[in-house]
Amino acid sequence: MKKEILSGNEAIARGAFEAGVKVASAYPGTPSTEILENIIRYPDINSSWAPNEKVALEVAIGASFGGGRAIACMKHVGVNVAADPLFTLSYTGVGGGLLLVVADDPEMHSSQNEQDSRNYARFAKVPMLEPADSSECKEFTRLAFDLSEQFDTPVMLRSCTRISHGKSIVELAEPVSGLSEPKLVKNPAKLVMLPGNARVRHPLVEERVVKLGEHGDSWEINRVEYRSNEIGIIAAGVTYQYVREALPEASTLKLGMVYPLPKERIRDFAGKVKTVYVVEELDPFIEDQVKAMGISVIGKEIIPMCGELSPWRIRKAFADAGIINIPEYQAIQTEPIPSRPPNMCPGCPHRGLFYMLNRLNAYVTGDIGCYTLGFMPPLNAMDTCVCMGASISNASGIVRVLSPEERHRVVAVIGDSTFLHTGINSLMEMAWNQSPATVVILDNRITAMTGRQENPASGFTLSGEPAPEVNIPDLCRALGIRNLKVIDPYDLEATFNTLKEEMDRDEPSVIVTNRPCCLIKGDDRFQAGEVLYVDQDACTGCRACLRIGCPAIEWQPAPDGKKGKAYIDPLLCTGCTVCQQLCKFDAIRGGK
Amino acid sequence: MSDKVTNILLVGVGGQGILLASEILAEAFMLAGFDVKKSEIHGMSQRGGSVVSHVRFGATVCSPVVPEGEGDILFGFELLETYRYLPLLRSGAKVVANDFRIYPPAVLLGQQAYPDGLAEKIRNLMPDLLLVDGLKFAIEAGNPRAANTVLLGAVSGKLDIEESVWLNAIEKMVPRKALDVNLKAFRIGRSL
Repeated sequence: MKKEILSGNEAIARGAFEAGVKVASAYPGTPSTEILENIIRYPDINSSWAPNEKVALEVAIGASFGGGRAIACMKHVGVNVAADPLFTLSYTGVGGGLLLVVADDPEMHSSQNEQDSRNYARFAKVPMLEPADSSECKEFTRLAFDLSEQFDTPVMLRSCTRISHGKSIVELAEPVSGLSEPKLVKNPAKLVMLPGNARVRHPLVEERVVKLGEHGDSWEINRVEYRSNEIGIIAAGVTYQYVREALPEASTLKLGMVYPLPKERIRDFAGKVKTVYVVEELDPFIEDQVKAMGISVIGKEIIPMCGELSPWRIRKAFADAGIINIPEYQAIQTEPIPSRPPNMCPGCPHRGLFYMLNRLNAYVTGDIGCYTLGFMPPLNAMDTCVCMGASISNASGIVRVLSPEERHRVVAVIGDSTFLHTGINSLMEMAWNQSPATVVILDNRITAMTGRQENPASGFTLSGEPAPEVNIPDLCRALGIRNLKVIDPYDLEATFNTLKEEMDRDEPSVIVTNRPCCLIKGDDRFQAGEVLYVDQDACTGCRACLRIGCPAIEWQPAPDGKKGKAYIDPLLCTGCTVCQQLCKFDAIRGGK
Repeated sequence: MSDKVTNILLVGVGGQGILLASEILAEAFMLAGFDVKKSEIHGMSQRGGSVVSHVRFGATVCSPVVPEGEGDILFGFELLETYRYLPLLRSGAKVVANDFRIYPPAVLLGQQAYPDGLAEKIRNLMPDLLLVDGLKFAIEAGNPRAANTVLLGAVSGKLDIEESVWLNAIEKMVPRKALDVNLKAFRIGRSL
């Protein structure tokens, strides 16, 4: 068969295709986003973005109840949003096989926490598979659908950043054939979770967990590799790869299914090696369960609980505990150098708004998206950021405890996609209960942070087909917002005045910005303007233009001890004119 | 030594085309018959932040991430980033670096200086340094945007893989209309 180098996400998409999946739904979130973006390569699968993860899972559940195989994909924190249907889905079971893919982010490369999704499998009493490379991503995705239908259960597949965004060689296969055609089958006693029905279902769920564990005892997805009988290691996922590299002589029990655990196989393995260790990233998920079986294992006593593991971190943990010897390692020493944090793009429509929030000494409750970078210097204009949609409800809550003077400083900022994800509920609350905070909806017409995905207000579907678009101002009015203004965030004076006016108001108010993300390509509507330049004679070196932190503007120190001057990189400038409006000396030219 | 895994790190600034270069490398190693794994971080780092991509090949590769202090080749797209990631290398590793500077925010704001003499600082720690003016050779090849391919050519010279394999990988990964320029840029880099 054909071999290709695929990322874990590409391989999961391929696995869904080979498994005969009919419906795929997701909300973008790093590192899971590319799963759905690759599923659209297979036209037999009906795939679409959902406004949030709960909806994505419910769409998949519907397709499954109709008898089709279905997949829902999300990042770890997305499962928090989707948890409500997940727990009851465990009771109803499935029609067509159903797979929930969750991509964790140990080390928080692009996330607000590093929660360990394996706990959800145990909490919801559903099996969870954990692949260790792209080849297993494809294979386990296929297997998950068979398992789901065999045991009448949703299945979770856990990836992580290093698996989803790692690449390795995968052998492609033909899709399965002979799946039964979807059709309506009435079975209300199984699918209507009224208390009377749910009470019947719960014992079946408990029985299913036991049977799945027994299945795992003989399933080749859980594999023992005997080497040394001194050290035996239980590991799964990418951590297994790290273990193989860090401790090549150790015997391993590689778990492909991390919940429920194959207890007999674990007991047998523990009996054949002198000391058993559990090496796992984040929580002692396997370790606690193995200890509860009365088996003596070593885990978090020596393995770090926070952040990613690596072959080096594992080797060091074993060496520090005196279990192995490693040669002295002296890393190459370099001098301190300037850091390079991420920044908003040149021409980003959020920049001027955050500059003005800073000038107004606003207390900004933030949200999840590119604009979270408003936290960074020199803008320094974000004070809280908890989760998707929280900006508005946090603002609504904080004004209730503040004095009237301080209350006026509170501004929530939220992007269009995040507003449509869960911010709508928060705004409904704020309007309903008349919390006198100001909300800015940064409508850049795209889900920008995760790589510019369409959303319900962008006018297009996942596959690029034109679609009805949510009218955000009308939606806010329908929710009961009476004070609503739409502003051009490139117009600094209007932005400042509108912000000030609405912050001073003793009622809820919403400001919607109307400039699209400057990275949207292929449409002249989104060209900001002509490239600007600094007239070096007129520039007094006052540095006012630097305060917006635009990557296109560079400070050029003068060699002779005189004042330096600003310079605009013509390759980066998008002509948004925000810097030009800040220059009191008319030294920034062009673009008018 | 056939079991030995070779560890390559590609480093630079988000938006410089590091991911495509690492995909071409990985493709070439697969075509040459090796096992290969790669890993990088998407998301926050794309917004002009520091980016590092790991590519590993050999008979069997386990971890997708290069262990600290075991990098064999550093492929640097920008000088400051090249210097930043030197601690990931083993002593005596090879460095191919683009002679190119992109100022980080603190330098643009005039709060910190872009360090002087970075090439010398790199050479002092890693004597096997090949400094390449990628932009100059890319213009010579016909398109300033082919600088990465010049560097890729230079990196290929440090690896024991036949030229035809590299050319096949580039043909597979680069869009047809940009192919001629990229093949030329690659050959220039390989001859350095």
